[in-house]
Amino acid sequence: MSMNIRARALTALFVALAIALGASGPARADHKPASSIPAEALVNPADFAATLAAATTQKPLILQVGFRKAYVQAHIPGSEYVGAASDEEGLTALRDRVAKLPKDSAIVIYCGCCPWRKCPNIAAAYDTLHQQGYKNVKVIYIPEDFGTDWVDKGLPTAKDL
Amino acid sequence: MRVLRLAACTLCLLLAGAAGALGPGDDAPGFTLTDLAGKTLQLSDYRGKLVLLNFWASWCGPCLEEMPRFAAWQRDYGAAGLQVIGVSMDDGAGPVQRLLAKSPVDYPIVLGDAKLGERYGGILGLPQSFLIDRRGRVFARYKGEVDLAQMELAIKAKLFAPR
Repeated sequence: MSMNIRARALTALFVALAIALGASGPARADHKPASSIPAEALVNPADFAATLAAATTQKPLILQVGFRKAYVQAHIPGSEYVGAASDEEGLTALRDRVAKLPKDSAIVIYCGCCPWRKCPNIAAAYDTLHQQGYKNVKVIYIPEDFGTDWVDKGLPTAKDL
Repeated sequence: MRVLRLAACTLCLLLAGAAGALGPGDDAPGFTLTDLAGKTLQLSDYRGKLVLLNFWASWCGPCLEEMPRFAAWQRDYGAAGLQVIGVSMDDGAGPVQRLLAKSPVDYPIVLGDAKLGERYGGILGLPQSFLIDRRGRVFARYKGEVDLAQMELAIKAKLFAPR
């Protein structure tokens, strides 16, 4: 029980910090800020990696919505690159990728191209999936970048080089 | 909020010191890349200068905030031996050309690739910058949003140190 309380407290602290940091600096004016993503949709990297490792049933569709040159260097094993969601080409690729999936499909998106509060991609991708009717969408909260918050933490990584 | 900003700033500084496999004391990996006009640029051409190697992209807000400062440093410290080199990690030249048409910089910009990123310890987030001394060794690495005043101090300290 005490572990549950501690876990909930840590989660609440994590989410509050994510929101506070998200609101502390502007993204580029033409990009919707990552802080617009609801806190309940966020999952932290270590928790997601643990969930993936423990998964015995079908894993979610994992999509990287950042820049290709980062994906090639390192990405979450099993994840797919769909394109930077900050431009229309990337959003079209995202829509196409999910178009034939049931609306209740579990989808996890991540970027990590730059600090969370300045990320031009993640909110655009989240909003697009919601607009397409996908409600079971989780977003990996990457405060600094994918290298710092995933690779450097020793979480499982694949590369295409 | 001020406390949170201070904490975030401190985190940035810690990350600047702790980032990746390539860091202070390592030889800067050599490269030959082309600029937007198709002209070849080799890092070795700048041996003897202090190089600020900046990885950036046209869609990266923090990168675009830094670039005017880097351009000013190039103007102010170029004669003393500073050379700024921008490496774009955009997928193609088009967005870079459009961005530079609106906001030109007076230092060379080349197009990077994933292999170069890996050789520099993984360019998995932007911006990232390396300071390379006159002998071709990295003496500082900066990840994400950093205190540019601190970076400028590091540049000046090296640039104007007795040789």
